[in-house]
Amino acid sequence: MADIQVEEKSKGGKKKPKKGDARVDMTPMVDLMSLLITFFMLTAAFSKPKVMEIVLPEKIKKDEKVDPPKIADSRTLNIILGPDDKVFWYPGKADPDVTVLQETDFSAEGIRQILLERNRALFRKIDQFEKDVISGKIDIKQDSMRSAISQLKKDDDTGPIVLIKAYKTSKYKNFVDIIDEMSIVGIARYIFTDIDWIEEKLVVDALNRDAAAAAATASGSAQ
Amino acid sequence: MPKIKLGAKSPRIDMTPMVDLFTLLLTFFILTATFRPTESAPVDTPFSVSEKPMMDANVMTVLIAKDNRIFFNVDNGPDTILKFRPKILAEMGKRYNIEFTEDELRKFEKTGTSVGVPIQEMKAYLAAKNSEDKTALETGVPIDSTDNQLALWILFARQVNPAVNTMIKGDADVEFPVVKKVLDILQDKNVNRFNLITNLRAVEITEEQITE
Repeated sequence: MADIQVEEKSKGGKKKPKKGDARVDMTPMVDLMSLLITFFMLTAAFSKPKVMEIVLPEKIKKDEKVDPPKIADSRTLNIILGPDDKVFWYPGKADPDVTVLQETDFSAEGIRQILLERNRALFRKIDQFEKDVISGKIDIKQDSMRSAISQLKKDDDTGPIVLIKAYKTSKYKNFVDIIDEMSIVGIARYIFTDIDWIEEKLVVDALNRDAAAAAATASGSAQ
Repeated sequence: MPKIKLGAKSPRIDMTPMVDLFTLLLTFFILTATFRPTESAPVDTPFSVSEKPMMDANVMTVLIAKDNRIFFNVDNGPDTILKFRPKILAEMGKRYNIEFTEDELRKFEKTGTSVGVPIQEMKAYLAAKNSEDKTALETGVPIDSTDNQLALWILFARQVNPAVNTMIKGDADVEFPVVKKVLDILQDKNVNRFNLITNLRAVEITEEQITE
């Protein structure tokens, strides 16, 4: 009923509906959409975390009799992750009477320099190879480049064999850092193994030495 | 000469094509966006130079939170269609003589969050209404040698989906022995290839350092 009444009224007034602009202002809609698009694009691009692959040696079962692989002492470099982001290292084989742990850290002048010193030949080779690829001297596809680098690493017989061990108070961060360092310096052979009792003792000695030295300087400055 | 008069045109620009395009783009990004459910424990991953992106499918993740709690997650992302999650939970229930109803299995499938409760508490966890109750139950997956539930989760995840890749997402400040324990459990189950989830950082070696 109401409809009819309204109709009659408008007829009586002889009013025609005003012909307005049929266009709708789309600016706010476009604003909102661009915002949303930006948001979704950014979240799509940045939400993916990176992964670092690591392969650990297969565990030797207790009932299996397998000799551990023999490696040359002269090429081995032992790295022990210590507490408070300290890194201890010693070359060759651990001897409780002779071996003294050297202390360093994760800075660019720290463990990286030590590793680089020993791995210079291989690192140069890889570096030169990458430069040649970039400058166009060697024409090679991305996929085969990776395998070529791993071949270079395989052929290398001068670089160190790094044994990584973690002391019980080290952090997960240290573990990731040291493996990262291996890939930065391009170490061909590295392995993560358990720490043995000789090394644990050496670390304790080194930490005590540190503490004693710190105490000595503290008392020295007090006097 | 007759004067050419330009009609007074409105300065409006026709935005329809632009809106069309935007709508298309927006639809595309919304549909491709993968929503990861928020994790119950915040984890600050360490940094590395690795540029390998994390894979989308066939992933199981072991989370190690700052307070040494262990979480386990499977079947996130595109795997969801294959319904691995309820299968794995059913297997776990069978081992511990806990019968999960269809409803509970479906609920477990839908919540994509990682498992942080002992299996004995799983029923209560799935029945919990609000997030506070859920968080209170999340004491971490037991990894003691007497009741090594993480090992079983890994075992069943690998049985249900043999192609699964192992991810470890640890907090940077977790004590290493905890990580070592997780690595040992994984190696006991013959998983020797891991992917550590990290954030990207840039490192460069200068010319001097090489030639020095």
